[in-house]
Amino acid sequence: MNHQRRTLLKSTVATGTIAIAISAGLLTPQAVLAAWPKAAFNAKSVGDALNTLMGAKDAVASKDIQVDAPDIAENGAVVSISIKTSIANAEQISILVKENSLPLAASYVLSPDTEGYITGRIKMAKTSDIIAVVKAGNKLYMAKKSVKVTLGGCGG
Amino acid sequence: MSQKKMKIRAWMDDGRANVKAIIFHPMETGLRKDKASGKMIPAHYITEVVCTHNGKSVLTCLWGPRVSKNPFISFRFRNAKAGDKLEISWVDNLGNSDKSEASIS
Repeated sequence: MNHQRRTLLKSTVATGTIAIAISAGLLTPQAVLAAWPKAAFNAKSVGDALNTLMGAKDAVASKDIQVDAPDIAENGAVVSISIKTSIANAEQISILVKENSLPLAASYVLSPDTEGYITGRIKMAKTSDIIAVVKAGNKLYMAKKSVKVTLGGCGG
Repeated sequence: MSQKKMKIRAWMDDGRANVKAIIFHPMETGLRKDKASGKMIPAHYITEVVCTHNGKSVLTCLWGPRVSKNPFISFRFRNAKAGDKLEISWVDNLGNSDKSEASIS
């Protein structure tokens, strides 16, 4: 068990480096991709990812965010998640999976007309908390939901 | 290489536009092994999705490899009416891109 985890960790780090090398050479001409927060997606902790992506490490727990996800996900490759918030002027919603080796899954930038509601499907390696972070007026708010995963969905 | 397909549904409900879309894309993490050859399957995932309503951006999705295969999005926005144009475009980490249009019903 432990041994496997080490190998997984190693391969994650290795592929990460390759990805950086590839993207440095291949993707820089794309102006659109320049905005893609690569550092945040490669951050290894929730705090680092938030800091890089949203400019602050800590988020205040809020009751105005509702995370809708299954209690038990049979297949970690497809976990349906819905995030609803009544926080006014929400600018950005991010979804993080605490126990994934690289926690940041997706981030959604909202326009003033867009409502604080997002549904998507993400992968989870194992049982973990899903953390939803909402940015509004330079402040971060968060809510959590624990999801039990029976079969991991991040790799081989 | 990849299927360049997308399904979009957009409709008005209770004064706001509802959008549901599926993009057909493999979303490979780069951590999976090809069982036949034993080689790692290279990472291939969508990095950015932009949804525009009459040319104005309503939602930008920043995605990493941890988004599921054939990703699904659903969102709502205000100040829209039936017949308005909604366009969704995406770019992936290999530089492929695609876009598709729908009108709000």
